[in-house]
Amino acid sequence: MREAGDEAALRAVPLPPGWDAAVRLDEDPATIPDPAMVDVPDSLRAEIEAHMAKYPDRHSATLPALAAAQRVHGWCSPEAIQQVAAVMQVTPAYLSSVATFYDMLRTEPAGPGYVYVCTSVACHLRNAKAFYDALAEEELEGYEVREFECLGACEMAPMASIDGRYVGPLSPDEAPELAAALREGRTPFPGRGLGDPA
Amino acid sequence: MKETRVLLADIDEPDLVRLEVYERLGGYAPMRKALFDMSPNEVLHELEESGLRGRGGAGFAMGKKASFIPKGEMDKYLCCNADESEPGAFKDRLLMQKNPHLLIEGCVVGSIAAGANKGFIFIRGEYKLQADVLDAAVTEAYERGYLGERILGSEHSFDLVVHRGQGAYICGEETGLLDALEGKRGNPRLKPPFPANQGLYQGPTLINNVETLCNAPLIVDKGAAWFRSLGEGNSTGTKIVSVSGNVQRPGNYEIELGVSVRDVIYGLAGGPPEGREIKCFFPGGSSAPVLTKDHLDLPFTYEAMAEAGSMLGTASVIVVDDSQPLVPLTLRLAEFYRHESCGKCVPCREGTNWTVKTLERIDRGEGTPMDLDILEQVQGNIIGNCLCVLGDSMAMPVASLLKYFRPEFEQHMEEARERADREALSAPELASVAEAGAA
Repeated sequence: MREAGDEAALRAVPLPPGWDAAVRLDEDPATIPDPAMVDVPDSLRAEIEAHMAKYPDRHSATLPALAAAQRVHGWCSPEAIQQVAAVMQVTPAYLSSVATFYDMLRTEPAGPGYVYVCTSVACHLRNAKAFYDALAEEELEGYEVREFECLGACEMAPMASIDGRYVGPLSPDEAPELAAALREGRTPFPGRGLGDPA
Repeated sequence: MKETRVLLADIDEPDLVRLEVYERLGGYAPMRKALFDMSPNEVLHELEESGLRGRGGAGFAMGKKASFIPKGEMDKYLCCNADESEPGAFKDRLLMQKNPHLLIEGCVVGSIAAGANKGFIFIRGEYKLQADVLDAAVTEAYERGYLGERILGSEHSFDLVVHRGQGAYICGEETGLLDALEGKRGNPRLKPPFPANQGLYQGPTLINNVETLCNAPLIVDKGAAWFRSLGEGNSTGTKIVSVSGNVQRPGNYEIELGVSVRDVIYGLAGGPPEGREIKCFFPGGSSAPVLTKDHLDLPFTYEAMAEAGSMLGTASVIVVDDSQPLVPLTLRLAEFYRHESCGKCVPCREGTNWTVKTLERIDRGEGTPMDLDILEQVQGNIIGNCLCVLGDSMAMPVASLLKYFRPEFEQHMEEARERADREALSAPELASVAEAGAA
């Protein structure tokens, strides 16, 4: 057995990228929370319960439930996970294992908005990286700006998904305008989004 | 060159998302025919006879897959794979956004053939608009009695739920999709047992792509013989082709299978920009091995693409013109698969990593002639050695790029090395050394 002091020393060493922090060995594993002990906003509870009712197995509601909690908390914070665990009656570890797998579920604070810039093959061929770099330079606050896998809109490449609204094609010199619109709360590039009224 | 519009015949109709518009154009009549004028076996038989092959990538005969579902009373499921994440594919997005009731009707027809009473449309979470459209359409269909208990008073009951994913390419793999739908990490499962025997919640499950299911009502309506009259050989029917990359008119085009690749790229999509030539193209999404301009006159069919060493896949044609350097493109491709590898099988998890690292080394100017051989060897060690085909989906196109364009890789490596050497020597702390060497 390792001494407690060793563990502190271990934690002091910065981890190489891609490595997870070690678990807290001095604590018992978290169990299924007692529903009476966890405060859950009523609307969130109702939404998760509605999802659970749709499936033959309540575990199927995990993804929609985590997405709902993320909308409330901004990310899958320990508190958000605790609340979902209390309603769904599963362990927090199970929910963390799921949340860390999916790109749209955040395991670190970010957002609440997002701009996913597609830089996959078809967009890459149309200079998507230049647009992403230009947008990243804007240091947009309140938005998670990241490169993303193919978003399935290659005919409007290079494109981005802004809180789910697909906009494209975008050129690098349009990045400042996009950032300005989002800062001022305007809809960026009206009429150029997928499904926008013509 | 003209399109053959069957699935997309009404796609430009305003308000097609609304049930009454869809019905006015003849919608839900095939469903009634399947419910009241045909036995489930006849529906299944018609789908088998049509020769309809899966439109999601693998190209497996849809009717045959449905016939593997065991008969008898038990919980059976239908899953519609709407997790369209293949780079270059955007056909399902169009169908769901503009014509959601066609998909719902297709799900009902599929459920009759498979004897399923519960269905799920697994749509990728990024398709927010499309999922909202589908949700509204499903609600409408329930209100009209087209979904739910004893549809229109028939013996058949079918519930349909729209399930949103949360962003993972691997959930488009059928068993990964099942795990995700069960609320787990989307790791693929060992096959057999195949989903037709043990799928969702351990019950028999029919999994089909959006476009495949959308074809089902048309086949029931017009008959298998009509469907077979379209297309060529064992590639029956029409196919929506998504053309993207370096072309003048990227977009979705519906063609009869069997027209030439040249007609698709030049005739419909306008070919590469002025003054450019095609260097290579992916015929079926980024997972399909590339083909070159020598293959442009092949017919666009499952067989011809397989014979040329590639695959029709999702029929998502990504065109690369001669201005594009291939090493950054290959690197971009490999990075995607590295990110999306679920990590369950070692050859895929490590192989995608090795590929990215080797390509980065080449691009930085640190590559050695051995690196290209290593790259080739790594791809060979991935193919066929994993539970699912994600690893193969990177290995096959990377191997094909190396096969056709090895001289370009070598040249890129050489130029990058020279550039790196120059940069290193021009660094201030080395300038004096270089000067001394020159003197």
